[in-house]
Amino acid sequence: MNRTRPAALGIAVVAAAAAFGVLAQKPDDHLSKSTAVQEIEKYRAALGDGNPAELWEARGEDLWKQKRGPRNVSLEQCDLGLGAGVVKGAYTVLPKYFADSGKVEDLESRLVTCMVNLQGFTAEQAKKDPFGGPGKKVPMDALVAYITSQSRGMKMNVAASHPKEQEAYDLGKEIFFFRGGPHDFGCVTCHGNDNMRIRLQDLPNLTKPEDAKRAYTSWPAYRVSQGEVRSFQWRLNDCFRQQRFPELEFVSPASIALTMFLAKNANGGVFDAPSIKR
Amino acid sequence: MKNVKILATAAAVAVAAGCAHMGGSGDSEAQRAKALALMKSSFKEHGQAKLDRLDQDEVQKTCSQYHGEQVIPKDVAQKLEAAQLASIKYPADGKYLGDWKAGEKIAQTGVGMQYSDDPKNPSGGNCYACHELTKAEVSYGTIGPSLYNFGKIRGFTPEMQKYAYGKVYNSEAFSACSNMPRFGAHHILTEKQIQDVVALLMDPASPVNK
Repeated sequence: MNRTRPAALGIAVVAAAAAFGVLAQKPDDHLSKSTAVQEIEKYRAALGDGNPAELWEARGEDLWKQKRGPRNVSLEQCDLGLGAGVVKGAYTVLPKYFADSGKVEDLESRLVTCMVNLQGFTAEQAKKDPFGGPGKKVPMDALVAYITSQSRGMKMNVAASHPKEQEAYDLGKEIFFFRGGPHDFGCVTCHGNDNMRIRLQDLPNLTKPEDAKRAYTSWPAYRVSQGEVRSFQWRLNDCFRQQRFPELEFVSPASIALTMFLAKNANGGVFDAPSIKR
Repeated sequence: MKNVKILATAAAVAVAAGCAHMGGSGDSEAQRAKALALMKSSFKEHGQAKLDRLDQDEVQKTCSQYHGEQVIPKDVAQKLEAAQLASIKYPADGKYLGDWKAGEKIAQTGVGMQYSDDPKNPSGGNCYACHELTKAEVSYGTIGPSLYNFGKIRGFTPEMQKYAYGKVYNSEAFSACSNMPRFGAHHILTEKQIQDVVALLMDPASPVNK
């Protein structure tokens, strides 16, 4: 099942791409373009019926309950923001300030904290494999898939009221508008205007509530082209790579501040992930 | 005493004017410095992408401040454009047009300068990521305007060739805080590559002008 599914999806992708190619032959015709977009939406809906992210979610649930680490305990007593052990809805309130660590934390950062405090891993061990790759499945991706799946259908509700949370939001906003590097790019270059595309990919305007909600609530995602579930930390890391910046470090303060800015802007949006993307 | 008072008033006006120029939504110099410090502690060198890529030049600093309703003031924009215009290095032999076929390849490829790229390979311009150029390529972005019929519309004149070269070399010289990279000024593309891209835009035989 693990092997056959991505292959079948691959065929579907080729078919959809071919369909889109035909429809996009008349770029001046607005009607045909919107039809193409509708077709892609249909294709995405069809994919959603069999999202391989479920495999990550199942593995993540096992890992959450499994006794691991030097102390041989599970993560079941980890406080993700709604109290020790509460997974349901936890992702909708993150990032959040945690008194025990004295920091604003997103989901990935909080998992690292719990792996250290509960399971006895060192921070280095807990952060060692942040993202999966070819032939390498990592616990972090699975845990993220499981925990986020438990907020599906619930509204984003990031408080951003604690002074440290407000500080993170304000700094995240600065980072969003920060242009630099050899190409002068910032997040805002691609995500600061309405109805923009890079090649044929629609770009959400993350400064507008409607787009911010739609975009934020669709991560993490199973990336068909990569055969991996990609976390929000991965999403930010890869955006900065394409911006020609140095590498954004996993669960770094800037990554959490930027996540706070984007998550709070998505408040009220109904969480619908792990999703599936091209 | 009177002089002191005048000076103090002048200083207050200067501060107020300075604040008005900072733009953003109430973000201050201090806030930006804090964000930069946070970023410096959050990124690491990877391959060719060193931490100095977070050090902003004047254009980047200025343009990071204006967004949304905060439009860059005209005088600030004009000063920025003039300084960038003065920095453009045009080809010594006055030749702006290269080979449009090579230009099309440069327009199609987006590799270069990412930490995942091999710095030994030439960079692309990735023009199609943001612009429509030819009717043959339907996979184009809309961050920038359509450049279809660029030369045909503007005329195949030497002046327009020079403008196109300058625009690709340093877009900020003509439109302050443009989203377009400064391909020549930042050594993303070589002189020859820019000539090839200009040919794609300006050669009457280029599919851009068909």
